[in-house]
Amino acid sequence: MQLPDAEQLLETLAEQIHPLLRENTALVGIHSGGAWLAERLQAMLGGDIPLGTLDISFYRDDFSRIGLHSQVKPSSINFEVEGAHVVLVDDVLYTGRTIRGALNELFDYGRPASVTLAVLVDRGGREIPVEAQVVGAKLDIKPGESLELARDVTGKFHFILHEAA
Amino acid sequence: MNNPQLTKDGKLKHLLSIEGLPRAILNQILDTAESFAGVSEREVKKVPLLRGKTVCNIFFENSTRTRTTFEIAAKRLSADVVSLNVGTSSQSKGETILDTVDNLIAMHADMFVVRHSQSGAAHFIARHVPPHIHVINAGDGRHSHPTQGLLDVFTIRRYKPDMHNLRVAIVGDLLHSRVARSEIHALTTLGVPEIRIIAPKTLLPQEVERLGVHVYHDMREGLKDVDVIMMLRLQNERMSGALLPSAQEYFKCYGLTQDKLALANPDAIVLHPGPMNRGVEIDSSVADGSQSVILPQVTYGIAVRMAVMSILAGNPDQ
Repeated sequence: MQLPDAEQLLETLAEQIHPLLRENTALVGIHSGGAWLAERLQAMLGGDIPLGTLDISFYRDDFSRIGLHSQVKPSSINFEVEGAHVVLVDDVLYTGRTIRGALNELFDYGRPASVTLAVLVDRGGREIPVEAQVVGAKLDIKPGESLELARDVTGKFHFILHEAA
Repeated sequence: MNNPQLTKDGKLKHLLSIEGLPRAILNQILDTAESFAGVSEREVKKVPLLRGKTVCNIFFENSTRTRTTFEIAAKRLSADVVSLNVGTSSQSKGETILDTVDNLIAMHADMFVVRHSQSGAAHFIARHVPPHIHVINAGDGRHSHPTQGLLDVFTIRRYKPDMHNLRVAIVGDLLHSRVARSEIHALTTLGVPEIRIIAPKTLLPQEVERLGVHVYHDMREGLKDVDVIMMLRLQNERMSGALLPSAQEYFKCYGLTQDKLALANPDAIVLHPGPMNRGVEIDSSVADGSQSVILPQVTYGIAVRMAVMSILAGNPDQ
């Protein structure tokens, strides 16, 4: 399968987010791919937009089955979430469960005025009613396969497709 | 060797002592605690990890502070918490402990936090409980107090991230201290190259050198150029015995004062597990001074206990 150019998708993502920007907009990336993207988007969109990251390990719905992820990164939201227009950024939208966890965590920091979901790729396969407003590309990935965003030494993004085991 | 703290595949199941825990697990606890430290500063100081779980604090020996921090930690993880203060005076302790535990298991408790004046009490309970239940040792006799040891190490790491370059001094009643033992094991496992023990001969356990520490009887000599000073609490009941002449005499030789602190590195930090005896093991001006990290220790203690509870709860023994 031909995988799209992640850098190109990031450009289109930035173009789509740009008109949504208003006073009190903030970018929040979900660890780890979404956090990398949010950081790059901040630079592309003009640098002074507040930036945060979420690690949703404490909000996962499969904790009782698989336990705590061995490498939890601290979430970092250093702006006032109360009243902010948050653009939530993730790399790949699949079942929607990660986004559910991220929304719950985000609201524990305060009540945002709005939340917009921006993803690089929507691969289908939703298990809960979550949709992204901003989508780089829609791809049809088989269940069992996983699409991963990777970053090379120069900071450039590319996709890796892991075949079903 | 079969380690009662670990599951068959090497994950942390109970926290009974720091002794025997691999470095990877210590680091996992400390790294996870970093994430929990942020939770306590948020608008909503709670995460849903232990929702629906019941944590029982069983304190056979009183300790308000340790019990409170475990309670807060469990509540910030959304667990339901029950705290029992069980008197130690009841006869036939063995039987009483297991009866207490069995009753709580019948009420579907998921985790026990155990404090007991006898060494090995938490191990005893951990051997008894069914596989889905987790046990945390909150201090047993003179043996171990692993979460205190972990929170001390977490505090040190926060202020002095380069653990491989540290000189640490532990000062005071090593003989009766379960905290010191846990601290020494944690510091050694994490690669701290030099640990000094400063105490009078009467308050040192036999063969303490075998833990890999350097022993000093002269506090001024021992504090020279250290980066971290960990003071231990001197229990008042020790004063009445033959171990020490008087509190004043002890303060003169082993109390941490500004002029003794000046012998350490200028950016050295001072820790104390609490509760403090001001004017016995530590001078008020040091306890409240700029180098003291005693209150941050309390704050970090909650994050560390949240980390331990959530890691245990996620590792059932199948």
